[in-house]
Amino acid sequence: MSLKGTGLNAMGPDDMSRAATDYVAISPRRVGAMVLRYSYLLRSSWPRLLDLVYWPAVQMLMWGFLQTYLARQSGMAAQAGGAFIGAVLLWDILFRGQVGFSITFLEEMWSRNLGNLMMTPLRPAEFVAALMVMSLIRLAIGLIPVSLLALAFFGFNLWGLGLAFAAFFVNLILTSWAIGLLACGLILKKGMGAEAFAWSVTFVLLPLCCVYYPVATLPVWLQFIARALPPTYVFEGLRDLVLNRHFDATAMIISLGLNVVYFAAAVVGFSLLLRSARVSGSLLQTGE
Amino acid sequence: MRLSGGNGDERSAGAAQGRTEAPAAAIAVTDLVKAYGPVRAVDGISFSVPRGAIVGLLGGNGAGKTTTIAMIMGLTLPTTGTARVLGSDMARERHRALHRINFQSPYVEMPLRLTIRQNLTVFGQLYGVRPLRERIDELAASLDLTALLDRPSGKLSAGQKTRVALAKALINAPDVLLLDEPTASLDPDTADWVRTRLEVYRRERGAAILLASHNMPEVERLCDDVIMMRAGRIVDRGAPADLISRYGRDNMEDVFLDVARGRGQGAVT
Repeated sequence: MSLKGTGLNAMGPDDMSRAATDYVAISPRRVGAMVLRYSYLLRSSWPRLLDLVYWPAVQMLMWGFLQTYLARQSGMAAQAGGAFIGAVLLWDILFRGQVGFSITFLEEMWSRNLGNLMMTPLRPAEFVAALMVMSLIRLAIGLIPVSLLALAFFGFNLWGLGLAFAAFFVNLILTSWAIGLLACGLILKKGMGAEAFAWSVTFVLLPLCCVYYPVATLPVWLQFIARALPPTYVFEGLRDLVLNRHFDATAMIISLGLNVVYFAAAVVGFSLLLRSARVSGSLLQTGE
Repeated sequence: MRLSGGNGDERSAGAAQGRTEAPAAAIAVTDLVKAYGPVRAVDGISFSVPRGAIVGLLGGNGAGKTTTIAMIMGLTLPTTGTARVLGSDMARERHRALHRINFQSPYVEMPLRLTIRQNLTVFGQLYGVRPLRERIDELAASLDLTALLDRPSGKLSAGQKTRVALAKALINAPDVLLLDEPTASLDPDTADWVRTRLEVYRRERGAAILLASHNMPEVERLCDDVIMMRAGRIVDRGAPADLISRYGRDNMEDVFLDVARGRGQGAVT
């Protein structure tokens, strides 16, 4: 039996030599292949798409109506016009950004596909880059319609924050990726037992980053911790912008500096956890 | 063709045949150890697999086959020793060789919601296969998958899934193919079909294939040589016919039972 014309051996040695010379350390093609893989998945599953919009919409509507009620009861809340809804939307960037990153990774665990991927030329950095891209895509699918709902229902225009929104977004998404990276490293090392961590870890930031109240509300000792967290500056900045029409660029630079430190630490942590998973031999035998 | 190797005693296939110049091994394992605390899952094994050979890695459950393959793939780091594929140390520089390797394992699956075509497209792009569409069409035709290409992988029978896994494993026309139980859970007809494809692929491509299997007729049919493992060590090796003769048995099934139960005459060379 010959393989000629059967397709099993259609690539000759010359093809393979070319493939070898095409090998590069970081390949946009391979990142694109992974993004394509996840886009296939999203397109094949309307519940996955719906989930991206459902909870952000529910949360925004709940907080928006609460703000409306408080505004009618007291002048204080009226002054804070948009602060609640703005905080909800920005919190969703932080939370959904991390969850989008982690869930995209978890899809490989659920489908028992990680071993296949690990045996391709895909590098960890390319895999992480694809997770970042998917985090942005998933976030956009949820945030854009919900922000339009906020405009329609409560007159809050997230996009009207302009450059301030860009600064808020960059800082929040960097924090979300740093957390997501660590969560994925833990899952690699500990298996699906660490899945709950991926879902819940960001919530520890909800009280500490002062999403819905000023840092001054916290006990003094806790304020030091809050000031060490990049998102705190974003939510303080949002309130400053909405209530006082003032944008504190210095705070955003501090937040960015902290993010660089945390993200670098997350990269180191992920690398160590990945190596530890290779030592323990857990990479091949992962799954549901 | 003879297999070289042993516990801590690697020799080249060429040297075993008395040639002056040994051919470069596709897979070269040297003094490989994997310890989990006091337990040595793999205990100082050495062997090499020449290009164009199909070598069986045999042993009972827990013998260390899958751990050995995981170290050859670079997914698990050895405690000591090295596993080289096409000259690259898989613990340190696996990315130099990965585009020329592929594998099939019961521990992994293709994403179930994606169609066969989508899955092969993603893996083809990861391997840099060009032209990809033609390659997928050729593989589908040869593996009898053309009519199924747009069906989700999760809606396939076990035999169809195996063919898809084989298509994935061949998408980059690998020079080294690592197969862990490639015909497990398949009916005899489908299993025979897969074996034929593997034989043809090896013959035409000259690929090295390392095969872990519990199916002894499969081993007899496919393998030029076999490595027999027990408790992390190589306890015997040789061509299937030689082993059958040496153990005074009729088939590899009986040889396997002798080795697994510590009976009979093994000769580690």
